[in-house]
Amino acid sequence: MSSATPSDRVAVGEAALDVARLRADFPILGRRIGAAPLAYLDNAATTQKPRQVLAAMQRFYEESYGSVARGVHHLSAEATRQYEASRARVGAFLGAASPEEIVFVRGTTEAANLVAWSFARPRLSPGDEILVTELEHHSNLVPWQMVCEERGARLAVVPVDDRGEVDPEEFSRRLGPQTKLAAFAHVSNALGTVLPVGELVRRAQAAGVPTFVDGAQSAPHLAVDVSALGCDFFAFSAHKVYGPTGIGVLYGRRERLAGMPPWQGGGGMIRSVTFERTTYDDPPRRFEAGTPAAAEAIGLAAAIDYVEAIGWPALERHESELVDAAVAGLEAIAGVRLIGRPRARAGVVSFVLDGIHAHDLGTVLDHYGVAVRAGHHCAQPLMRRFGVPATVRASFAIYNTSAEVTALVSAIEGARAIFGLGAADGGEAGR
Amino acid sequence: MNELQVLYQEVLLDHYRSPRNHGRLATATGRAEGHNPLCGDRIAVEVELNGDRLQRVAFEGSGCAISTASASLMTEAVAGHTAGEISQLFDQFRKAVTGDPAADLEPLGKLAVLCGVKDFPMRVKCATLAWHTLVAAMAGGGKVSTE
Repeated sequence: MSSATPSDRVAVGEAALDVARLRADFPILGRRIGAAPLAYLDNAATTQKPRQVLAAMQRFYEESYGSVARGVHHLSAEATRQYEASRARVGAFLGAASPEEIVFVRGTTEAANLVAWSFARPRLSPGDEILVTELEHHSNLVPWQMVCEERGARLAVVPVDDRGEVDPEEFSRRLGPQTKLAAFAHVSNALGTVLPVGELVRRAQAAGVPTFVDGAQSAPHLAVDVSALGCDFFAFSAHKVYGPTGIGVLYGRRERLAGMPPWQGGGGMIRSVTFERTTYDDPPRRFEAGTPAAAEAIGLAAAIDYVEAIGWPALERHESELVDAAVAGLEAIAGVRLIGRPRARAGVVSFVLDGIHAHDLGTVLDHYGVAVRAGHHCAQPLMRRFGVPATVRASFAIYNTSAEVTALVSAIEGARAIFGLGAADGGEAGR
Repeated sequence: MNELQVLYQEVLLDHYRSPRNHGRLATATGRAEGHNPLCGDRIAVEVELNGDRLQRVAFEGSGCAISTASASLMTEAVAGHTAGEISQLFDQFRKAVTGDPAADLEPLGKLAVLCGVKDFPMRVKCATLAWHTLVAAMAGGGKVSTE
């Protein structure tokens, strides 16, 4: 949107965040959907990519591309250097003690699977538990469930309250000698709740329980420092932080990774191979079998550069203004019910509308150019907890504007009119 | 009328708000459950068969306007027909909602209000969920999924 309103210029000390200028970095944001300008509010699913990320990947392919850690030739060396520089960039971004604590994976899902099979599975005996919360994304449930099933262990679940929050006391109540791992989200993908992860990690540590933090929804919105957090594992996906698809990160504390067997076998993860026996490389290489996604790693590093150039204070302030405006705008619409009222929220607002199913609303909003997610958000247990089959989720990124929040609100009013709801009780909303 | 108004026309909204043949069927001889994992919608169809003729049919479950209205309109269209007739009708219906130019709208009757779905490919499964579930119920029951 070219006409930036006052709230689209965020004051950061002396400087101001110019959203219109930021948007120019994202070519796709100029698209129209039918006759309407695109209002992309599905950022919790995936974010759009700035030119800087695309350019970094293209430059790598055009100038430095070769096989990583395989050859003696110049390009191979250059590609390896850039790949490893990306690892160091990610390590610094997360506050890891060293780049060796950063394993490149395909995404948060693969990170959880790696930890499930390589870390959790060997520790599980019948009767053991992996502790999760009720608000987890399926990718932070199913991998644990799979290894539990195999070992005769089970999931223990910390309930979510009506606000959509997790009470650390409820968490502690379920920790015990049977708990072999606690796995929880940093930010809920379905509700936007920011969990008190520091507190949860401290409580788990006090009980001697290792922790896996699903950072897929926090890495785009909050400054993360895994060393301060003290978690054993932390995972996120590049594509939700303005980076490319196909790459994500597993942070693992050095001593944890060192004690873990490989997950996948293949090239690049060995020290020596004979038909009788193979010895494995040290972490992180031990967990990166096969030719790595080098261009994607370089794209991720460029995305991190992009985010950090904006700066966390400016980013967090802008996004929280958008979220607050969305909450206020939605609450003013007759029949809207917000799902989850977390006191700390990042990036996401989830809601249902009386008389219009989430999928119908998603279809109507799309017609107005407003892209949202309508569905169960890969969090079916959480949907059951709130007694809804599906919600509509609007999720925000650094490039969104208050004009797009307004577009969302008017599109919902349009849906109410189409469904014949506008005239009957529209007066209530003053429209 | 734009595509959206064609999709959500009054007949469809009426069947969404007041679905016909909604509930259990005391005399049911078969039942099947349908699930659309993409959106989480669930539907159950109960049938009372007399030979291969569908005497009565009912459905329960909640879903979006398209899946609910489609189920409701379907129950009105298929009651009293044989399995063969229903299969032919489903075939024409499927062609109509997927925009197949060979679709014959004539036998569809009121079901034709769902033709607007053809402009919304993501919603075709909403329109066909009840039909797949009906076919399963008439074939002896079970669970069907649109995936």
